[in-house]
Amino acid sequence: MRRNLSGRKYIIIAIFIVVAVIFVARLLYLQVIDDSYLLSAENNVLRKNTIYPNRGLIYDKNGKLLVYDEAAYDLMVIPRKVKTIDTVEFCSLLGITDSVFISKMTKAKKYSRYKSSLFLAQISKEDFGFLAEKLYKYPGFFVRSRSLRKYPKPIAAHILGYIAEVNNNEINTNPYYSSGDYIGKSGIEKFYEKELRGKKGVQVVMVDVHNRQQGSYKNGKYDSIAEAGKNLYLTIDADLQEYAEKLMVNKIGSIVVIDPKTGGILTFVTSPTYDPNLLVGRVRSKNFQMLMKDSLKPLLNRAIMGTYPPGSTFKVVNALVGLQEGVLHEGTSYSCNGPQTTPIRCTHHHITPLQLKMGIEQSCNPYFWNVFRSIINNPKYNSVEKAFGSWRKDVTSMGFGKKFNTDIPFEKPGSIPTLDLYNKIYGKGHWNALTIRSLAIGQGEILVTPLQMANFSAVIANKGFYYPPHLVTAIGSKENKIPRFHEKQMTEIEEKYFDVVQEAMLNVFEGEHGTARWSKLEGVKIGGKTGTVQNPHGKDHSMFIAFAPVGDPKIAMSVIIENSGYGSTWAAPIASLLIEKYLNDTIVRKHIEKRMLDGNLISRE
Amino acid sequence: MRNRGNIFQNIDRVTILLYFLLVFVGWINIYAAVYNDEHQSILDMSQNYGKQLIWISTSIILILVIFLIEAKFFSTFSYVIYFLMVLVLIAVLLVGKEIAGSKSWFQIGSFSIQPAEFAKFATALALAKYLSQIDVDITRLKTKLFAGFIIFAPAALILLQHDTGSAMVFVAFALVLFREGLSGSLLVLGFVLAVLFILALLINKFILIGILAVFTVLVYVLNKRLRKKYMIITGLFLMAAVYILSVDFAFENILEPHQKNRINVLLGKKKDPHGVGYNVHQSVIAIGSGGFSGKGFLKGTQTKYDFVPEQSTDFIFCTIGEEWGFVGTFVLILLFVALLIRLVILAERQRSRFSRIYGYGVASVIFFHFAVNIGMTIGLFPVIGIPLPFISYGGSSLWAFTVLLFIFVKLDSVRMDLL
Repeated sequence: MRRNLSGRKYIIIAIFIVVAVIFVARLLYLQVIDDSYLLSAENNVLRKNTIYPNRGLIYDKNGKLLVYDEAAYDLMVIPRKVKTIDTVEFCSLLGITDSVFISKMTKAKKYSRYKSSLFLAQISKEDFGFLAEKLYKYPGFFVRSRSLRKYPKPIAAHILGYIAEVNNNEINTNPYYSSGDYIGKSGIEKFYEKELRGKKGVQVVMVDVHNRQQGSYKNGKYDSIAEAGKNLYLTIDADLQEYAEKLMVNKIGSIVVIDPKTGGILTFVTSPTYDPNLLVGRVRSKNFQMLMKDSLKPLLNRAIMGTYPPGSTFKVVNALVGLQEGVLHEGTSYSCNGPQTTPIRCTHHHITPLQLKMGIEQSCNPYFWNVFRSIINNPKYNSVEKAFGSWRKDVTSMGFGKKFNTDIPFEKPGSIPTLDLYNKIYGKGHWNALTIRSLAIGQGEILVTPLQMANFSAVIANKGFYYPPHLVTAIGSKENKIPRFHEKQMTEIEEKYFDVVQEAMLNVFEGEHGTARWSKLEGVKIGGKTGTVQNPHGKDHSMFIAFAPVGDPKIAMSVIIENSGYGSTWAAPIASLLIEKYLNDTIVRKHIEKRMLDGNLISRE
Repeated sequence: MRNRGNIFQNIDRVTILLYFLLVFVGWINIYAAVYNDEHQSILDMSQNYGKQLIWISTSIILILVIFLIEAKFFSTFSYVIYFLMVLVLIAVLLVGKEIAGSKSWFQIGSFSIQPAEFAKFATALALAKYLSQIDVDITRLKTKLFAGFIIFAPAALILLQHDTGSAMVFVAFALVLFREGLSGSLLVLGFVLAVLFILALLINKFILIGILAVFTVLVYVLNKRLRKKYMIITGLFLMAAVYILSVDFAFENILEPHQKNRINVLLGKKKDPHGVGYNVHQSVIAIGSGGFSGKGFLKGTQTKYDFVPEQSTDFIFCTIGEEWGFVGTFVLILLFVALLIRLVILAERQRSRFSRIYGYGVASVIFFHFAVNIGMTIGLFPVIGIPLPFISYGGSSLWAFTVLLFIFVKLDSVRMDLL
C-alpha cells in the first residue's frame, strides 16, 4: 500500500544544496568578483575634513605687521539635532532677525538633516565669546574655526587688497578651491594668492550613519598636514604710508613714493581710501556695497587706474628727449611773448629769451613748444614720422605707455600716442609738429598713471635708469628676494643729460622764482616739478613730481591732487612734507603740515 | 548498547557540534555587530552580546530539560502542546505587546517573548503526530486538508499579528508533506507559480501570455505524444493566463504598500537606495565590501557605524560577510548545509514515523529560515524579517530553535528503544 518514498530524501537534499550553491555563487560575485562595494562602503564612512592653513602675514619694510590672521568662527548646524530652542534669545545673541533664522534653517534642512551646514559665517572672536557661553543651550549648533584678516592699522587698503569667498567661476577654473574657501580678490592678496594661501590639509575620518565622527581612518595614513601660507615683506614704509594717508584726507588723488635705488614702493596712497577692516567678515558684503555706491569711488585705485594728462611735469620728459636727440643744449634759448606767444601761449611772467634751466623752473610753454618742434623736425631723421618714432621710443623707455607688470594687479598702461594713431586721425603725411603740439606741454593724447610719474621721478633721481616699481621685496623670509624686481631698466637717455635737468628741478625749490619755493625744506636738496593738469570737468588737477636728496636720492615721488588748482598749492607742499618725514622723521614746518591736514578739497553735494 | 540510565547516551555528536559552532559564531558576530568602545567586554550584560550569553546559557538548561523528559512525552502530548500553543497565539492577539508594528510579543518584566517562534516546533509535533497515524494516507484529499489545517491554523493567527515573515515559515512544511508522499507535481506547480508570479510583475502581462501561447503551440508542433493531451495543455495554458492576470490584480490590491515596495526593489523595478531599498542596499554593500577574506574581526565599518539596520538580529549575516569575507560566508553556508543534510540523514534512520516526520519538520523550518534570511541580505529575496537560526540575536528565536532541534536529538537518541 505504501510507496517507497525514501528516495525523496535525495530531492530534498538536492534542494538544500541548490539553494546553498546559488548563495555561494552570489556571494562569490558580491565579495570576490565585483569590487565596487568596497568603494561604496568607504564612501559611506569616509569624510574628508579640510584643515585650513593660516594665511601668510604681511610686514612692511621695517618689519611692522600690516596684516595678520585672527581666529573667527563659523556657526554650523545639524538640523536633526536641533531641539526646541528659545529662538528669540538665540537670534539676539547672533544679531540676526527671526526671518533670517528661519530661512537659514530651511536652507540647512534642505541640504541635509544629518550633515552639518554653515549657519552663520565668520563670527568674530568678540561675538563668539558671548555665544560660546550659551551655545550649550542650543543642541545641534557647533562652531568651526576659521580665520579672518586683521589690520592693526587701517592703512594701505588698496595695496593689501582683500580676500573674499571664492565664486563659482573660481571654483570651476581652479580645482584647489572649494565652496567657502577664501581667495585674494585684489591687491597683494590677489597677486600673491598662491604664496599667501598655503596648502589646505585633509583629515580623513570615519563617520557613522548619522555622520558622527568615529575617529581617524587607518591611523591617519591618508591625512595631509596643512601648510601655512608664506609671509610677505613689503617695500612699504608703514609710518610714511600712514602719514601720507593723513595728509590726503579730504582730498582726491594719489601719492606714490618710490625708493629710487630699489624701485620698492615706499608709499602708495589713493584717496579717498577706506579702512581695510571694513572688508572683513560678515560685514564685508554690506560695506562693499556701501563703498561701491560712494560717488567719490573709494574702491578705485587712482594710483594705477587713474590716468591723467601729465601737464607741465612732462616738459621734463621732452627736455631729456631733446638733450638726448642733440637738438637741445643747456644754453639753447628761445623767446617768450607771454600770453601772446603762438602756437602755445605762456601763462607765467619771466625774463625772455630764456635758457633750458629757466624754461623748466618757470615751466614756460613756448620754450617747450620750441623744444618739441626741434625734436620732431630733427634733420637727423629726414622725416617727421621717424623723428616722432624716436621721441616715442625715448619716452616709453622711461616707463610711460606700458604696464610695469610687477605685483600690482589691475595696473593701467596709460597711453603714449603712436604713429598709427596720428596717421589714422590726420592721414599719413598730413600731420607735423604743429598738429601734435599739445604733446610739448603734456596735454593731448598722453595719459599717465601716478605710478608712472613716480617712476619717472626715480628715473631723474637715478640719472637714467629705474627698477620696476613693486610692493613685495621678499617671500617667506626677508632674504628670499624676488629677482625679477631687481633688474635695472636703462632708459634711452644718457646720464650726462640729467645734470641740467636736476639743477633746474632743484631750482623749482631753491630758485628765486621757483614754483615750489614756498615748500622749500631747509637742509635738504629737493628736485621737483609742478604741473597743472587741465581738467575739462572742473578745477584743474595739481600734479607734482619730486625726489631728494639731489645727488644721493633716497626718495622719489609723484603727488596728484584732483581739482586743487595749481601744483604749488597742494601737491608740492605735501611732497615736501613727505620728504621731510622720510628723511628727517620729524616735521618742523608745522604750519605747512597743519594747512595740509586741514585742507578740505572735497565738496560733497 | 542500551543504557536507559544515561540520558546522554546515543545523542548525535555531529548535530551537537554543529549546533554549538553556529551558536558560537552567532555570539561573537553579535559582539562585533553591536560592539562599541564603552562596552568592550563581551560579557557586558547591558549589551546584546552579553544578553545573548544569557540566552545561550538558558538554552543549555532547556537542552538538559529536554534530555530529562521521557521521549514518549513529545509524541503523546504533541496535540496538547499544539493546542496550548494555538491558545497562546490567540492570547497574544488579545493581550500582547506591539513591537515594530507586530502584535506578537508577551512582555514579562523586562523580557519580551515571541510565541510565534515556539509555534513552529508545536506545529511540527502535531503534524508528525497526525501523519504518523497508521490509517493516514497523504494521497487522500481529507488527509491533505487536515494536514493543511494543522499547518495553516497557527500561520493564520501569526498573520493576524502582522508578522508576515513568521507566518510564511509554515510554508516550509510542504517539504515534510512531500517526503511523506505528497505529489511532487504539487511542489513543481508551486515553483512554476512562483516563477510566473515574478515574471508577471517583471514583464507586461499580455506579452507574457503571448510567450506562453507560442510555447504551447510549439509543444503541439514538436511533441507528437503530448499532442494527444491537448485538452490538458490548453487547460493549463488558460489557467496560467488567468493566474498571470490575477497576480497583477492581487499585487496591486491585496499586498500592503511596504510589501509591494520591497518586492519592487528586489525586482529592480524601483531604485531607491535611501528609502525602501536602503536596508538591502547597505546590506549588500556591507557583504560585498568584505572581499575574499573580510575586513577583520571588529573592523567592519558598515555594521559598526550603523549603516546596516537590525545588524544583530535579521541582518547578522552582513557582519559575518563584512568582517570575515567570502571565507566566512562560505564556511557558514557549509555549516548550515552540513546541519541540514545531517538532519535528513538522522530523520531517515528513525524507526518511528513520528520521529522521522518531526525530523523533516525541523530540517524544513531551519532550511526556510536559512534560505529566506541569507537570500534577503544578499538581495535575492524581498526583505522578510525572520532570524537566521542559532546566529541572530534574540532569546525567543534561540530558545525556540534549540527546543525544535533538541526534541529531535532526543527522539533520535532513543530511536533504538522504540518499535
